[in-house]
Amino acid sequence: MSNTVHHSVVDRENDYIHAGYGLKSWLLTVDHKRIAILYLISITIFFFVGGFFAFLLRLELMTPAGDIVSAETYNKLFTMHGVVMIFFFLIPSIPAVLGNFLVPLMIGAKDLAFPKLNLMSWYVYNIGGIFALYALVNGGVDTGWTFYTPYSSTYSLSNVVPVVIGAFILGFSSILTALNFIVTIHKMRAPGLTWFKLPLFIWASYATSIITVLATPVIAITLCLLLFERLMGVGIFDPALGGDPILFQHLFWFYSHPAVYIMIIPSMGVISEVVTCFARKRIFGYKFMAYAIMAIAIFGFLVWGHHMFISGQSVYAGFVFSALSFMVAIPSAIKVFNWTATLYKGHIEFRTPILYAFGFIGLFTIGGLTGLFLASLATDVHLTDTYFVVAHFHYIMVGGAVMGYLGGIHFWWPKMTGRMYNEAWAKFSALILFVGFNLTFFPQFVLGYLGMPRRYYIYPDEFQVLNVLSTAGATILGLGYIIPMVYLLWSLRKEKNVGTNPWGATGLEWTTQSPPITHNFEKTPVVTGEPYVYQEEEKVVE
Amino acid sequence: MSNNSDSAVGHAHHFTDMDQQREASTLGMWTFLVTEIMFFGGLFVAYALYRSMYPEAFAEASLRLNLLLGAINTGVLICSSLTMVLAVRDAQSGKVKGLVRYLIATIVLGSAFLVIKAFEYSHKIHEHLIPGSSFQFAGPFGQQAEMFFSLYFMMTGLHAIHMIIGIGVLSVLLYQAKRGRFTAEYYSPIDVAGLYWHFVDVVWIYLFPLLYLVSRH
Repeated sequence: MSNTVHHSVVDRENDYIHAGYGLKSWLLTVDHKRIAILYLISITIFFFVGGFFAFLLRLELMTPAGDIVSAETYNKLFTMHGVVMIFFFLIPSIPAVLGNFLVPLMIGAKDLAFPKLNLMSWYVYNIGGIFALYALVNGGVDTGWTFYTPYSSTYSLSNVVPVVIGAFILGFSSILTALNFIVTIHKMRAPGLTWFKLPLFIWASYATSIITVLATPVIAITLCLLLFERLMGVGIFDPALGGDPILFQHLFWFYSHPAVYIMIIPSMGVISEVVTCFARKRIFGYKFMAYAIMAIAIFGFLVWGHHMFISGQSVYAGFVFSALSFMVAIPSAIKVFNWTATLYKGHIEFRTPILYAFGFIGLFTIGGLTGLFLASLATDVHLTDTYFVVAHFHYIMVGGAVMGYLGGIHFWWPKMTGRMYNEAWAKFSALILFVGFNLTFFPQFVLGYLGMPRRYYIYPDEFQVLNVLSTAGATILGLGYIIPMVYLLWSLRKEKNVGTNPWGATGLEWTTQSPPITHNFEKTPVVTGEPYVYQEEEKVVE
Repeated sequence: MSNNSDSAVGHAHHFTDMDQQREASTLGMWTFLVTEIMFFGGLFVAYALYRSMYPEAFAEASLRLNLLLGAINTGVLICSSLTMVLAVRDAQSGKVKGLVRYLIATIVLGSAFLVIKAFEYSHKIHEHLIPGSSFQFAGPFGQQAEMFFSLYFMMTGLHAIHMIIGIGVLSVLLYQAKRGRFTAEYYSPIDVAGLYWHFVDVVWIYLFPLLYLVSRH
């Protein structure tokens, strides 16, 4: 197939979706856009599996007594909720779906550098997923998603081995995607597209990939050691054999704290794109946005000890980790201030993606500020393992990462499918999500502050009102996730109804047809200007 | 021309030219090696921790390793790195015969390393130094010595797995080289396989002193 075909008139059926028909053309595709769609299907399935567990958890917590599940089942439910949502949904969500789709389009490339590796990563992901699902139907796992030793290595009677193998395999799919992004962003940018002309989503994908490449192998070897210990009695983490369980926590959080940034940084990239587009203004402080994202990625590696303030690490280590954790607030705040400054005096168009961006900015701010409570040594001692922590990280991971993901899906849905969804339903569900989310998780801050510990299926009577509020919120939240599923799928029944650039956005992905052709561009684009040139109409108005 | 395979006659469809393709595959391999460093890194951290916790036990347990075989293996691997470099050089200048010869030499040396390593492992089995229920180690440091041997087997075992993968990759390249797939314009698979091979050798350069020379100052 030649790559220099020129069409004077764009054939509407000549796009990546119609490039081949039948299951085989999808399962053996090396087109980054089709692989993105494959990932979208896989992670959506896991999202609803994980969400189902969350629903059961909230249902059990409606009343102080244990009603519908036993203590053991409850342990398994929150473990599987965490494992599925973190490893199988949040970590791959934006990189594997939006990143796969957009990275080559945004930098004017025909594909990722290693298309076959890209396809392989999807298969690797699914093989990992099969192990996890096997463990699920085989009775589940009850260690918590953190797999702390020696419980996971010695005492737990549940399916630790298949879940750990699943997480281990899954890690390689993240690594392959990240490796692909790093090489693609370094080597395949369109002529003229220098680093400081890159869209911030690309900076975010790049920072995320760096974290993935540096952190994921560490969890891989840690899980290997855990398997050796469980299967062969090697005593690396077992105090009875001279090992040190704290070492497991260090190695685990060395990955799992940066993993939080793997989840949130891509969302920040999405929000940057959306805010500047719908405010019709250039992003405020572009370079600082890029630096801040790299700074978050780097600081993210130096703060893992704040998960271990009461685990027995030395007090001095605690001081250092606490101080470093506060430092992450600086680049995070730069981002929030710059988004706000971008919106300031902008001509804001209230379309669905920016509603998600508003949600993100507000919820991320709450999540970030409550993180400072937990980074302080003294308050953390009181708040460790309470619902305050649960609320904090859900504000970051659901309020932040998932809002960004959904905002991105809505923003690029016309590009991915050539169809616009029903705007009224989309706005309604964005609103429902915001209300449902806050009703679910804000009461948990209060519960945690009052001393309700996490991971228990029963609780004292005085906590019931707040728990009922939280469960009610979760129901609304669940509805808010189901509605988009319906109207997004419904939009596919329509004829193609959007042009190349429905939002009037800048960026190379908006210069090619929707949905794009297999090779993305009719002609390799040449970039001459800055990113986000939205200011023209602005000047006229002022 | 097929639209997705790296073909000997030209660059793959999504690259602009051969240089871009070559640079991409080299950077890809370096990035992969970074992940490998972090992968081994977890084991090195565990080693550093337990060696500082149990210095005497580690010194004593280390004496039970066969220094001579370890040293010979170090030499074998360094030689294999040399033959690998020569293979890359011949690939760059399009000398297929030399390429084939040096690939064979590298594969032979790598296999020799594994054979010697297998002898070492089998001695450890006879001496009951495999961690687990059959482990026996006289003296006050029995349990701590078991930690040393756990780390020894995991670190050298992981290294050996990488050697086996490397030999497998080189064997495929050898087959392709014989069929004339590589030219002075297209040799990046040899180049990046070479990077991988050197990396695996360098890991051993660290493992050898850490494991075998602990007690010898």
